[in-house]
Amino acid sequence: MSGKSLFEKIWEEHAVEELPGGETLLYIDRHLLYELTCAVALRRLREAGRRVRRADRTWAVADHMLSTAPGRGPESFPPAIPYLRALERSSRDAGIPYVGPDDPRQGIVHVVAAETGVVLPGMTVACGDSHTCTLGALGAVAFGIGTGGIEQVLVTQALPVRRPPVMAVQVEGGLASVVCAKDLALYLIGRLGAEGAAGHAVEFMGSAVRALPMEGRFTLCNLAVEFGARFALIAPDEETASWLHAAGVDGAGSTAWPEAACADAHFDARHAFDIDGLAPQITWGTGPAQVCAVTDAVPDPASLGAAQAAAAERALDYMGLRPGQPLRGLPVDDVFIGSCTNGRLSDLRAAAAVVGSRRVAPGVRAWVVPGSRTVARAAQAEGLHEIFLAAGFEWREPGCSLCVAVNGEAVPAGHRAVSTSNRNFEHRQGRGARTHLASPASAAAAAIAGSIADPREF
Amino acid sequence: MEPLTCIEAPAAPLLRENIDTDALFPAAWAWDFETDYAAALFANWRYLDGRSIEDPDFVLNRNGYRGARILIAGGNFGCGSSREHAVWALAAFGIRVVIAVSFAEIFRGNAIANGVLPVSLPRASVEALARAARAHPGAPFRVDLVRGSIRDCEGNGVAFAIEAAARERLLAGVDDIDIACARIAAIERFEAARPPGRH
Repeated sequence: MSGKSLFEKIWEEHAVEELPGGETLLYIDRHLLYELTCAVALRRLREAGRRVRRADRTWAVADHMLSTAPGRGPESFPPAIPYLRALERSSRDAGIPYVGPDDPRQGIVHVVAAETGVVLPGMTVACGDSHTCTLGALGAVAFGIGTGGIEQVLVTQALPVRRPPVMAVQVEGGLASVVCAKDLALYLIGRLGAEGAAGHAVEFMGSAVRALPMEGRFTLCNLAVEFGARFALIAPDEETASWLHAAGVDGAGSTAWPEAACADAHFDARHAFDIDGLAPQITWGTGPAQVCAVTDAVPDPASLGAAQAAAAERALDYMGLRPGQPLRGLPVDDVFIGSCTNGRLSDLRAAAAVVGSRRVAPGVRAWVVPGSRTVARAAQAEGLHEIFLAAGFEWREPGCSLCVAVNGEAVPAGHRAVSTSNRNFEHRQGRGARTHLASPASAAAAAIAGSIADPREF
Repeated sequence: MEPLTCIEAPAAPLLRENIDTDALFPAAWAWDFETDYAAALFANWRYLDGRSIEDPDFVLNRNGYRGARILIAGGNFGCGSSREHAVWALAAFGIRVVIAVSFAEIFRGNAIANGVLPVSLPRASVEALARAARAHPGAPFRVDLVRGSIRDCEGNGVAFAIEAAARERLLAGVDDIDIACARIAAIERFEAARPPGRH
């Protein structure tokens, strides 16, 4: 009999019972709430007269709908007011800890839940957001759920989930300077495809993953959902412990942490990659899997399979691109550095290192939106905000901002944006917005050059 | 939740890959807490201005497909955000069945929880159904969940399978939250039996 994967170890420890329909009733250690998807669930709960069963395992933060305008207040984006009021009121009534807009810990749910120790290795974590897999970088079984799922977890603290097959994604090799976890993740999405890990839990392993700093691991796990994985995990190690310790999390390095997959663990699928010499990656289409090296040209849809070709043609039309056109040098209107993918301190450092004493190109609107107030304070202590402000970037308040564009902030129609976020879907960053996903270093390079640029040349 | 046993209605072909939940329900439509979910469906594709001026070329604006209750799509349908609003928008418009090459996992669960049937079929079958739907706009398809069969508007039959648990939930129209509450005793036993020092 073979050994267990990390995923299986955590899963089995949280299996309340096997249900007749083939699902497992999974106990949820931490349930994370935020205003956009949770306000409706909380209202439905109240209307049905149901109670929150374990407020002590629930935690709420304001992020998606908050304006990130400097000096923001409730009136900065009035549509958010009923959502924030509902979340605050329900949290207070139920005794759920709530990190509101003015709390010094406020930030994007997946960023703050890690840096405050709300989520720790070995936990099961549910949240009404598909990027909850980000937190799997700590060695947790963390996954996104819908509104119905939110209601069920609030009322019971458990959820029926089909046990997924587990896929090992082994990455060997090393990343060159300036090339980072975002480039690695985009490359994997391109290689595996938008459905490459559909229905699977992914465990990342190998020398390149071990060598990633903790914040790079969050970036990698964050983007696993873009190749179809609902769960993504990395085994906790010394790096995990030292990052949590530096964040001031109590109990960092606890012996209760789960161990990595057994050497003889069975995986239902395996992929291996060598990423030596990887170039910075950037998307050219309207899905994260439509990606190439920044030095490449826009591919010819005719070179792809039938279904992919139709999607690529549609994408090029939306993006205003032609096959064979070089990506480097394409003029850019907007640059966004932030999000749960790339809004952490190391991301801001990487961007600031590219900026140096240069200035944002004329006509480019460039934003830096820290992932949390904690990130913002740390960046300010290092003077990073001064580098950005001197260059002509806007240094904004924490939140999801242009990643999901549900807070009144948007990329204007027809504008080409280089964004460190996670989705380049049609109209995602604003109606008609043309999004190219890339790393913080690449985004900073684009802001300076005024066009898509290779950060290795800066 | 309204039970789903058999639907006889027009099917709208929208054979695109990776139709994401931002396309199904653009986030900005959530600005109104009491938003019109039926109007929000595919808003950025349905309306020239993203809000109200219909694009006459979009399938759901064409004669025969306005009353569609079945949608035919490509692979990885419902990828992206976990927002359940995407399913609410489909259901509010009247779509109770989505036939696709494959579904993103979170969307698929949300669909079943809201009485919308996700049917996965091989690409060749999906394309054949889409061809029939395009050839006869508005002609009814029949999707029978009890028998696990689809009959297109030209009379061709296709069988489909769905796991027993999902099938029963859809047929009975049960609300998950009611089932969930029945499990609290087991959850309490689990909590009491957990070793100390666990999270």
